[in-house]
Amino acid sequence: MAAHRSCRPVWLFILCSFSLFIIAGSQETTVAPEQHASVLDNPQTAAETAEQTAGESGGVEERRWEGTEVRDAAAQKQAEPAVLQPTPQPKDDFQEELVVRPLHSGDIYASFQFRTLWETDFMRGNKVSHYRLFPKSLGQVISKFSVRELHISFTQGYWRTMQWGQPYLPSPPGAELWVWFQDSVTDVDATWKELTNVLSGIFCASLNFIDSTNTVQPSASFKPLGIGNVTDHRFLRYATLPREIVCTENLTPWKKLLPCGSKVTVFVSLFISQKDTFGIHLCVNAASFSFCVLMYSCCSLQAGLAVLLKSEKLFHSSFHSQAVHIRPVCQDWQCKTTSWELRQTLNVVFDLHNSGQGKREWSLFKMFSRTLTEACPLASSSKIYIDITDNPEGEQFELSPATSLLSQAMVLGDRRTFSVYDLTQQDTFGSVRSLNLLIRWKSTEGDMLRPLLHAERYVAGYGLQTGEIHTLMYNHHPYRSFPVLQLDSVPWYLRLYIHTLTVTSKGKDNKPSYIHYQPSKDRVRPHLLEMLVQLPPNSVTEVTVQFERALLKWTEYTPDPNHGFYVGSSVISSLVPSTVAMDTNSTRERPLFSSFFPCKEESSYFVRVYTEPLLVNLPTPDFSMPYNVICLTCTVVAVGYGSLYNLLTRSFQIEEPSPGLAKRIANVIRKMRGVPPL
Amino acid sequence: MFLSERRRGQLAALSIAAVVIIVGVPLWWRTTETYRAWLPVSQIKELAKLQLQLSADVEAVFARGTVTPEQQKKVPLTQTQEEERAIDEDTALRYRYETRYRTATIMEEDALNQPSAAEADLSLHTLSESPCGSLVVYVIPESSSLLPEDVNVYIGQRRTALLRIGPQMRVGKTLEQLLAHLEPRIRQVLQVMSFSHNDITAALSDRVRFSPDNKESIADNMRAFKSSPGYEITFSLLNPDPKSHRLHWDIEGAVQTYIQPLLTKLSPVANFSIDSQTLYYAMLGVNPRFDTSRSAYTLNADSLAHVINPVEARLGSNAASSNPVLNFLLYVPDAQHSPLYIQGRKKQEVPSNAFHSPRWGGIMVYNVNGFYGSEPEFPVDININMAKVMGVFLAQLRLLLGVQSSTPPPGFLVARCGSTGLADWELDRLMWSRSVENVATATTTITSLAQLLDQIGNIVINDNIAQQVSSAVTSLQLAVAELEAGNLGFALQYSKEAILASEKAFFDPSLLHLLYFPDDQKFAIYIPLFLPMCVPILLSLLKIVSEARQRRREKQAKKD
Repeated sequence: MAAHRSCRPVWLFILCSFSLFIIAGSQETTVAPEQHASVLDNPQTAAETAEQTAGESGGVEERRWEGTEVRDAAAQKQAEPAVLQPTPQPKDDFQEELVVRPLHSGDIYASFQFRTLWETDFMRGNKVSHYRLFPKSLGQVISKFSVRELHISFTQGYWRTMQWGQPYLPSPPGAELWVWFQDSVTDVDATWKELTNVLSGIFCASLNFIDSTNTVQPSASFKPLGIGNVTDHRFLRYATLPREIVCTENLTPWKKLLPCGSKVTVFVSLFISQKDTFGIHLCVNAASFSFCVLMYSCCSLQAGLAVLLKSEKLFHSSFHSQAVHIRPVCQDWQCKTTSWELRQTLNVVFDLHNSGQGKREWSLFKMFSRTLTEACPLASSSKIYIDITDNPEGEQFELSPATSLLSQAMVLGDRRTFSVYDLTQQDTFGSVRSLNLLIRWKSTEGDMLRPLLHAERYVAGYGLQTGEIHTLMYNHHPYRSFPVLQLDSVPWYLRLYIHTLTVTSKGKDNKPSYIHYQPSKDRVRPHLLEMLVQLPPNSVTEVTVQFERALLKWTEYTPDPNHGFYVGSSVISSLVPSTVAMDTNSTRERPLFSSFFPCKEESSYFVRVYTEPLLVNLPTPDFSMPYNVICLTCTVVAVGYGSLYNLLTRSFQIEEPSPGLAKRIANVIRKMRGVPPL
Repeated sequence: MFLSERRRGQLAALSIAAVVIIVGVPLWWRTTETYRAWLPVSQIKELAKLQLQLSADVEAVFARGTVTPEQQKKVPLTQTQEEERAIDEDTALRYRYETRYRTATIMEEDALNQPSAAEADLSLHTLSESPCGSLVVYVIPESSSLLPEDVNVYIGQRRTALLRIGPQMRVGKTLEQLLAHLEPRIRQVLQVMSFSHNDITAALSDRVRFSPDNKESIADNMRAFKSSPGYEITFSLLNPDPKSHRLHWDIEGAVQTYIQPLLTKLSPVANFSIDSQTLYYAMLGVNPRFDTSRSAYTLNADSLAHVINPVEARLGSNAASSNPVLNFLLYVPDAQHSPLYIQGRKKQEVPSNAFHSPRWGGIMVYNVNGFYGSEPEFPVDININMAKVMGVFLAQLRLLLGVQSSTPPPGFLVARCGSTGLADWELDRLMWSRSVENVATATTTITSLAQLLDQIGNIVINDNIAQQVSSAVTSLQLAVAELEAGNLGFALQYSKEAILASEKAFFDPSLLHLLYFPDDQKFAIYIPLFLPMCVPILLSLLKIVSEARQRRREKQAKKD
């Protein structure tokens, strides 16, 4: 079998927990009003699986799996069509590629891109319901919620622009979601809410925490990347969750969307079968009986670049970002036919020093613990690109196996040279029928071209009442100035004093040519600040704005309020002047990594830079406070009430006032003298 | 002076106690009360005792040669029979059959003179269309050539049946004898075409716990999906070996040709949505055994249970709705494990090479090794024969939707269903059992909700829940009334509404808000306030009482 098989015990744990999950799910159904055993009805539960094999099957269970008798032959009466018909042209196309860029810091940047193109029409209202390469779950989402464009990314770690250069596809830490709806949607907010809930289910992420308090409608920063010049930003929604932690549970559903993605097969055998060294026992105590299932081997079967997507390796990295982009694109230059593009991207930066061993060496096997043996048979193109621009004579690093295929591409305003490995060609794999790319560094020298645009952000100030947000934008271009669009979405509990907004570059005031500010409403919507700022050449532009920290209600605090509250990254979008002429034909055959952002003119290229998210401390109360307050008030009330009660109900008697001190002394003296007292 | 001051203190203590009791306690009670809207409890209690009456209308039409002209005049217009069955202490069923007698019109006579029963059925249908839930039985003479020798009853594609008079009923018998002879036979036709007691009790399984002896009918009943306002049908093509097989299936055309007519016909019962997908590298969870005697791989019926689990993870649920999903998988085994056959329990081959799982869906194994040719060059392009596949899936769909083709009694001939795959009377049968099932489910939901709310006083009942409950109760009452009147379409409609409203009320998240508010926390909050306030009041009250008692004793002593 040509497909790649490997057995790893780690998969077992995932699967075991998954099957436990199924069992738990099936038991939950008994809560429903139908009291009779609905667990029994569920044929897919693992419980039943074991029950069946254990030979406990009674009369009912024997009918469980039945061969289907076809009594109704009406459909079969139709004439059998000839077997060899002209095969229809597939209307969808799948491409995959991996770009590896050795970074100057010694790290390795690997970027996977998988693109599915589907020539169909979601827009015109006809229901699309038959899927081939395009994943059904996303297709249903697009057609149900009338989505024009959907961009979602999950990122763990922060992209260090100054050390690593620009990424092929930028993304902010945490989760980011932005969606353009079609103009047929009447209630955009309700659709958005429902969409985030569905996506949260699909990607196993907490996207359901997106609500009106973290959703904004940017007026200029996020334009549609596909066809269609919609500019009405009523149909755009943008939200980030900077706190979202990305892990394997997000990767698995993402991989499931790939046609050649992971297929995990579990072979379940009975307890009595021979034990395997990798075997583990999974014992589940059901209500009345317990049974043991021995899962002794579980193998994943996949092909193409998806083989490399092993979660324990991908998350052992400095930066991990996975994204899904759906948009309508043109099929040809004149845009006669349109199609839907689904782009799944995964960007990883591996830290070589972290993985140790002292040697500066990188290989597919070392990074992904797999090698490649074949391309995905469904892919029309399957390539690996290695960026060798900084290594024209091989003085920096050595690449093996060597390839004669070279390709040049305009990426991020620069002409880059790549070694190309075409996986659809059988000779790529050589005589060992497996491709294990190896990069061995020779020298640690060399300097990187500084990225032209770069930004950072921090919070200044002291105390828990006020503070100041500083955003620094760097233009490293020696002689050209260019405008940037800055977007800030700040939660309502940081009350921005917009009159303190200052923009300075080179010590002088730099007045933004466009400001779009939407003030926040407490507990309803965040601040939105968009500015168009001209960055002078070779300068730092500083944007500062002061804010006041609001007091939250005690139920509004997160479970760990002393950790602080996140403020999403600020987004800086710009058309940066390019040193080489960019390719403006978006339909020409190009490597996937260089064709994401459409390019309108030759002299500049589009860049989006995300700053760090901020972590802000808010005044945090003592959370036993409500009970203390209750106790204290009650005590005060009780004491006050008690004295009042005493005052009201005590009966008072008039007592003879006692004689004064002088009188008493006088009386004592009189007594001694024998005179009667006063 | 001394006494009146004492008296004033006592009065003050008494008035404070009075204020606390008259103002304080009700105020506290009112402000901490959970909101509980009014529920129609008495009507729900009535529903808990379910008295279902099903009324079926039958029209018996006498063809020429079955009754004499004198008898014709004496034919009673209608005849009603009732039958009562108690299922358990809370549920009782009453069947009411109303038979109307008339003689055939001239046009109907012409139709009955057609050469074959199928043609007669068709032309009778064009003459008049009987409403949903009713039947027309044509009584034809024994000599009629419409039916073959051994067939006494012919059940058409619509709502008509032809019934041949038995040989013992020659002309000359009295009308009473004729009617007495016809009545049980019409009942039999009705049980096939409308509802039988078994179907109805099976549909009531939500309310009634079955004794173990009728396990068979439970199993039958469990195969079909539960009644739901909508279903999602998903066809998945599993291609575990895309390197060797390039599969093409014209699912769009096949759905239009084979599945859509059936679903259009079933649209009064539920809404259906269809989609399809192709899954690559999807393997079954079981390694098939190689059978050397047949040089083929076989899959045992015992191991079928393991097949679905790994595939299930990739099938995906419908993101856009929460209706139950019917899965139909077409599995094309990989080149190494081909051909693959399914073996039944008794080691015999399953001819359709397909199997289904109750309330889940079906899988069909489609072997393609016949298309390889002598020198296979992989990948092989394969066009899947959708007629064959859809024939199997259609049969499975009928089973899973509960369109039962129960074996007719001897002497019955059932017409083949036409292009729609479903006869009118089959739809009626489904509607009868679905209405009863819906009514049973909705009553159980509503009564258990009422019971729950009654038992746990902490639950907040909002107005919208009360409204859902009362609308469910109203719809249920209407559904029961429509069943009684024999309006099947309306009964199903109302019963669906009842189910929707009752489930909405039962699963409303607002019911859970205060459900688990613990009592000890409540006391922890109340005690610091209540203890210091109540102790002085109680003590002074006790003091007043004891003083009053002492005074009375003193008075008594003075009198003596």
